[in-house]
Amino acid sequence: MSNAPATTAAPPPVEKIRIKVDGRDVEVPKLLPNWQGKLEPTTMLQAVQIAGGEVPHYCYHPKLPVAGNCRMCLIEFGTPMMGPDRKPVLNPDGTPKIARSVLPYEPQTPRGAIACATPISPGMELYPSSPATKQMREAVLESLLINHPLDCPICDQAGECKLQEYSVEHGQANSRFVEPKVHKPKAVDLGPRIVLDDERCILCTRCIRFTRDIAGDDALGIVNRGSYNTIAAWKDGAFDNNYTLNTVDICPVGALTSKDFRFKMRVWFLKETKSVCSSCATGCNITIGSREGTIYRYEPRDNEAVNGPWMCDAGRLNYRWVARADRIHDVYVRGVKSTWETANREIHALLGRAPEGSVAIVAGARQTTEELYLLKKLATRLGALTDSIAREGEPDRLLVSADRNPNSNGARLTGIAFTEMGIQLPKIAEGIAAGTIKTLIVFGEDVTKHGLGADLLARLETLIVSDILPNATTAAAHFLLPGCAHAEKRGTFVNTKGRVQKFMKAVEPPGDARAEWEVLHEWVHQVTGQNGFSTIEGLFNQMAREVPAFAGLEWSKLGDTGVTITI
Amino acid sequence: MTKVVERKPLSALERTYLPTLASGLKVTWKHFKKTVFEGKPATMEYPEERWVVPEGYRGAPYLVKDQEGHTKCVSCQLCEFVCPPKAIKITPPGPEGQVADRTNAEKMPQEFEINMLRCIFCGFCQEVCPEEAIFLQRDYSLTGESREEMIYNKEKLLKLGGVHGGIQKWKHKLEEAKEQEEFPVAKI
Repeated sequence: MSNAPATTAAPPPVEKIRIKVDGRDVEVPKLLPNWQGKLEPTTMLQAVQIAGGEVPHYCYHPKLPVAGNCRMCLIEFGTPMMGPDRKPVLNPDGTPKIARSVLPYEPQTPRGAIACATPISPGMELYPSSPATKQMREAVLESLLINHPLDCPICDQAGECKLQEYSVEHGQANSRFVEPKVHKPKAVDLGPRIVLDDERCILCTRCIRFTRDIAGDDALGIVNRGSYNTIAAWKDGAFDNNYTLNTVDICPVGALTSKDFRFKMRVWFLKETKSVCSSCATGCNITIGSREGTIYRYEPRDNEAVNGPWMCDAGRLNYRWVARADRIHDVYVRGVKSTWETANREIHALLGRAPEGSVAIVAGARQTTEELYLLKKLATRLGALTDSIAREGEPDRLLVSADRNPNSNGARLTGIAFTEMGIQLPKIAEGIAAGTIKTLIVFGEDVTKHGLGADLLARLETLIVSDILPNATTAAAHFLLPGCAHAEKRGTFVNTKGRVQKFMKAVEPPGDARAEWEVLHEWVHQVTGQNGFSTIEGLFNQMAREVPAFAGLEWSKLGDTGVTITI
Repeated sequence: MTKVVERKPLSALERTYLPTLASGLKVTWKHFKKTVFEGKPATMEYPEERWVVPEGYRGAPYLVKDQEGHTKCVSCQLCEFVCPPKAIKITPPGPEGQVADRTNAEKMPQEFEINMLRCIFCGFCQEVCPEEAIFLQRDYSLTGESREEMIYNKEKLLKLGGVHGGIQKWKHKLEEAKEQEEFPVAKI
């Protein structure tokens, strides 16, 4: 979780408290950051986690304010006994005597405390696996399941449901409840992307706290009383901010489910691939859930330095284009279906004899850093003008960046684009108009929308286009090469804050499509005569050695959450 | 440890193989007599004559309908998950798919395919099914002229499976909900 770069100032000494967890001595910090990062007294739950244990919980979430309403984290504890003189009472062997917390009117019955909201004190003893704790958990689970519909075969949450998991781990096998269950509304339309099943809800209020305190849209609340408590939006279907789908992730049960993912696939079939969202320059870390070559969903992946545990709805739902039927599947040479061998042979020959300055390259900042690096190598050899195209949008205060390219900084650092993107495009247009630029290489952009209209493209001797989906530029291409979506290849993006993050391949590309870096590697080899690396690891390491901004980086050192560089 | 079993040496008579031949022919003659003269054949005249399939026999798995003729399967895909030879392939309905025909059940499969060439008749699908929607039935002789024909789809499986009654839990839930007073939702 804590992958934040180390601050240069020496951290102040951390005050520690000695406690016992299940009889083991543990030293824990007195204060720990709360959901907002402010220091607060360490809670029992955090102390048990530091001791290597786990306390089951529903309403507690490390990134949300503590509510303490599900009672699942109840644990038995004891505090050092104090004499009338305010001195600790000692056992005959000199150890402090511990008074187990009991009910005041019933001293045989242990009195638990909710671990998520109770701070620890020096000398405290926690018993997260004592028989009394286990009984408390059983009782809480039983009461949570009283009105639960047990419709797991239909529920989309099944397989990643905390209620299922804890029932197996801490629950009872049989239900003692013979009365009819309270029935609540099912399939309630909470918002454009969220369905609510009130029967499954355990009223932990995680969703309410998330939308109020994180998303800043106080849209949800609890209505009605007692057994009829239900979650509701302030107006039917009004839960519509850009972060609603995070409530589906944090909902510990199947009450809030995604309309997009509804009844699409059971979660246990999904292969999880660590990746990065490509919808804007924030570069939220995601997990791609795919099965048999089909992407079913994106989910945020915890990265404290970038997105925390959240991501926006727009980015999360931006995966369908990967499986679009009209994707470019084959290599075309002058409109005729061809093969990579033929196209590459011709391109190698063409670029090999191209005079200095007769080639221009426009590469999208949606390409990976490695691809942009290879294109820059090519551009240096050919003396080519290069540029990228800016993609702007409306930012928000949480995650969405104004820059909608996932790798603008990658394009800048590799030297493909300048600080102001698109500044070279008029020059390229002039060059084409004047006839000095005869060959244009376009990677993943529709240049006809950015000043290089069809009339200019028609003047070119050669137009080499690699893209994923058809557009006006691909229609004009002499060499049309099918590219890969980021979910279909490996590589890195550099986000708006300079975090270099790698992503893995989730699905196979369709048809003849090949990862662009593989193709570019061949071009660079053939045109410049320098043989590079044919693996993404080697290529990245080579780039890190040659591009000053990436100095000292290695593919293996990027880890799952990336490394921040100065930009 | 290897145990060497001593083989008794054959006697002179045994070495002619005639006693063994005679005892074998005796069995043949016995059955010949029974079949031809006594009219009690040892074999069955398959396929005109079929054997009685015993109770609990594990034949081909088929989908069943409830007593109202509705699909019981809710597309939970547990059978697909548990199936050792991966013979089952379910297409879930998705958000815009078909609504379940069964009262109060939210989901039913868009398509349900069992590749009978892959099926090993282990019965795991029946065992894992939380809806009692799939049962290994009595069919043991499955034939087809192509591989495609041996992939049974939902329609075919439901037709072959017949009706299996039992508790209609989703319908029961609906009745229970109706019995309770109408749910008081605050109208804002």
